[in-house]
Amino acid sequence: MIASHLPVLQVVMSLVAAPLCMVLHRGRPAWLLSVAVSWASLACAVALLLQVIDDGAVTYAFGGWAAPVGIEYRIDILNGFVLLIIAAISAVVVPYSLRSAADEIAPERLWLFYAVLNLLLAGLFGIAITGDLFNVFVFLEISSLASYALVSLGRDRRALTAAFRYLILGTLGATFILIGIGLLYAATGTLNMADIAVRVQGQLDSRTILAAFAFLTVGISLKAALFPLHSWLPGAYAYAPSAVTALLAATATKVAIYLLLRMVFLFGPDFIYEELPLSEVIVTLALLGVLSGSAAALLQTDVKRLLAYSSVAHVGYMLLGIGLGGMLGLGGGIVHLFNHAMAKGAVFLAVGCIVLRVGSSELASLQGIGRRMPWTMAAFVIAAFSLIGVPLTAGFIGKWYLVLAAMERGWWWVAAALLVAGALSVLYMWRVVEQAYFHEPHPANADAAEAPLSMLVPLWVLAAASVYFGIDTSLNAGLAARAAAVVLGIAP
Amino acid sequence: MSGSWTLLLAVIAPVAGAAAVGLLGRRPNLREAASLIAAAVTFGLVASLVPTVLDGGRPAFLLLELLPGFSLRLHAEPLGVGFGLIASSLWFVTVVYAIGYMRAHHEENQTRFYLFFALAIATTVGAALAANLLTLYVFYESLTLATYPLVTHGGGDKDRAGGRTYLTILLGTSLTFFLLAMAWTWSLTGSLAFVDGGLFRDGNALIDGVTPGLIAVLFALFVFGAGKAAIMPFHRWLPAAMVAPTPVSALLHAVAVVKLGVFTILKISVYTFGIGTLAMVDAGQLLQYVAAATLLIAAVIAIREDNLKRRLAYSTISQLAYIVLAAMLANRFSILAGGMHIAIHAFAKITLFFCAGAILVSLHKTTVGELRGVGRAMPITMGAWLVASFCVIGLPLTGGFWSKWYLAQGALEAGEPLMFGVILLGSLLAMGYLLPPAIRAFYGPDPAAPLAVRARGAAEAPRFSLAALVFTAAVSAALFFAAPQMSRWLQGIEGIG
Repeated sequence: MIASHLPVLQVVMSLVAAPLCMVLHRGRPAWLLSVAVSWASLACAVALLLQVIDDGAVTYAFGGWAAPVGIEYRIDILNGFVLLIIAAISAVVVPYSLRSAADEIAPERLWLFYAVLNLLLAGLFGIAITGDLFNVFVFLEISSLASYALVSLGRDRRALTAAFRYLILGTLGATFILIGIGLLYAATGTLNMADIAVRVQGQLDSRTILAAFAFLTVGISLKAALFPLHSWLPGAYAYAPSAVTALLAATATKVAIYLLLRMVFLFGPDFIYEELPLSEVIVTLALLGVLSGSAAALLQTDVKRLLAYSSVAHVGYMLLGIGLGGMLGLGGGIVHLFNHAMAKGAVFLAVGCIVLRVGSSELASLQGIGRRMPWTMAAFVIAAFSLIGVPLTAGFIGKWYLVLAAMERGWWWVAAALLVAGALSVLYMWRVVEQAYFHEPHPANADAAEAPLSMLVPLWVLAAASVYFGIDTSLNAGLAARAAAVVLGIAP
Repeated sequence: MSGSWTLLLAVIAPVAGAAAVGLLGRRPNLREAASLIAAAVTFGLVASLVPTVLDGGRPAFLLLELLPGFSLRLHAEPLGVGFGLIASSLWFVTVVYAIGYMRAHHEENQTRFYLFFALAIATTVGAALAANLLTLYVFYESLTLATYPLVTHGGGDKDRAGGRTYLTILLGTSLTFFLLAMAWTWSLTGSLAFVDGGLFRDGNALIDGVTPGLIAVLFALFVFGAGKAAIMPFHRWLPAAMVAPTPVSALLHAVAVVKLGVFTILKISVYTFGIGTLAMVDAGQLLQYVAAATLLIAAVIAIREDNLKRRLAYSTISQLAYIVLAAMLANRFSILAGGMHIAIHAFAKITLFFCAGAILVSLHKTTVGELRGVGRAMPITMGAWLVASFCVIGLPLTGGFWSKWYLAQGALEAGEPLMFGVILLGSLLAMGYLLPPAIRAFYGPDPAAPLAVRARGAAEAPRFSLAALVFTAAVSAALFFAAPQMSRWLQGIEGIG
């Protein structure tokens, strides 16, 4: 009974939790409710994924209305995997936020924070789970509006301008997506994605379809922060409250990248990789993102900004996978979705711990913090290894696939650029490590103590996952390979 | 196979040693005993592989399978076991030396020092026993990270700057060139394993999709990717790392780190490409000039360098280039010479570093210019210096003679008379940078020196240090008589016997 309604529960639980937080009207009960919901969501996502692995794609007709008329939720390996990522990250970050949010957000607004947080999660789950294109847009708006509000809750007033900038660009992106959906509807007469995928095949050379494709691609790329549409990202990540940054960095752009993967599925790999020069365009832009993001990270004086630019670079890796295509490229991109979520989530959580104790995320104020907060920094270093792509961490697997995918297509310069970017990432991560371990403690953190356990445990869960999934790759790499097969239409 | 668990234990023993060192931090004598025991156990474990390997056995051990066919594996073959023996035995000797040095020099953070020292050895042994490129790569990078705290042991700005150069060059080259070459190899051959005859040959022809030019490019990527071999222009990290305490310089920058660099190049030449393939496509044709240039330029810089440790650093760069040159010439004599030189140079160079450290501790002298009369105050130390110098130069009655001899023969076999000349010229230059310190030291006392250090043997090194350097000097001489054993051992490598 419950099992057949899992798809809708995945979204509804968070959606209902949001107004309930308003009713509770106090920070701590709202937090407790959010934790319960986030863990239930994780259980739900795991159950769904297991169901998909066993029986193939799961569909759910909303309100009992069958597909072309009603809205359909459809879960295959690809979005089952994405749901798992979002749910897992939220199940770790929400418990963490108790101390971190209480420190960074005014107490009278804390319950609002949790209400909006649940809305964000409902939006993200919704985008990933739905099989209806217009529904995607609706959830995209829910999640976007929620994330603008969350960013604006940041510690200082710069958060407001960052949120405003994010809002303007995000709205632009959403508009593009809406236009694209409208054109697609005009051409095919349906909003159901499985339907569109079938009907679009006969008319791929029509202007309407091409225009729809272009609008959708640009809109989604903006949401995914593909270079040069990434300018909203560093500010938003740097000034948002720490828990929000971790959540957004680990999930929000991932969902946009999932949408791009879904586009490949919608229009068919032949159209994308054979007929359009999209491969070259995306690979070039993604590489520029990888290199410019890494180079910009080198110049930052604030750790959160540094990591935000590193996110621009890593989004580039994932998009590069989509651009390269094939089992290796897509598999590499998808597995990096998962691995980057774990590792980037972990480093941002570590920075959140430091902000709690030191009150600043300036690089200079981190001097000697390795001695003051050994557990926090050790987890940071482990996750940083994964971001660099050191063998035996999860980050290595994705990079290895991407390099091989580039080799397979004979684009050795792509492989070389990837490795140069890897070396750059060593340099920018090293700047943090050197400050933390090889300097005398800074006066600002003279009385900094280790972070509380409620923050350390979530942090270490993600850091440990970054190592575990680099050694036992059957879950992440195995699922990513199957998801890539779904995108390419090789497997159902 | 019987030896397979031994492989794992040989890597774990130094790690256990590191843990013991960490736990015994407050009791220096026990702590050093832990290091010594771990070193002896590691040596014993690696040595126990010798009979099997000599009989042609190649025990292997699977550590982890990351992706299908993409695994961490250990195996035993002559080159690696030999390197493991050298690293573990010299670890033992260096700990003995360090007991004297670190205490006499009142170094701080000695526990951290011995701990990372043990970890560095663990990664070196792991790399020595690596059965595929991935495993070698993982341990190679780990060694860089494990040695960083040793290089920056002093903790000052100068140490940090040196450490930064060290990390940048070593990680930079391996993360770009080496990883690229590794991925390329995988995408061409579908394997990273070290196998007899290499991966690129199918009968007498190259495998599909591989051209001689491609092999040459890949080979170059590997050679420059192994930045630890200090081939110019990626040699700067070695002098930069000389900010480290002397025992670190001695073991890591005469043995573990640099030798891992050249070991990597030899191992890849023999087991990834295969000597036959390299010779067939003449892959080292251009690279041999790079090696030769490194050999000569570094030697000339060494002659002009006044700081004793920096002089030794450049001398190391020059001597490493011999081994790289051996890989470039790629024939049975040159590979034999390369393998021998790893062992022989390790003992000789560590002796020289030990001597430099002893002079620093006893007389606080760091430059060649100050050495006058030191031979009188430290006759045993300077005697050891002289023996080790002869060995590095390659004079008969020291081990160094044989590696130079076989290498010269290899150059002729490869039809490269120019390289023959370079090898001889390199030895002449080595006289130029190693003998003047000895001559100056034995020249007679410095009239300005205080009377206390002018007496014969007045300022000899600490006892432990002295024992260590006499031992290594004796070994570098004794290896002259071990040539048959060494060559018989290395002939277990396919393509040499």
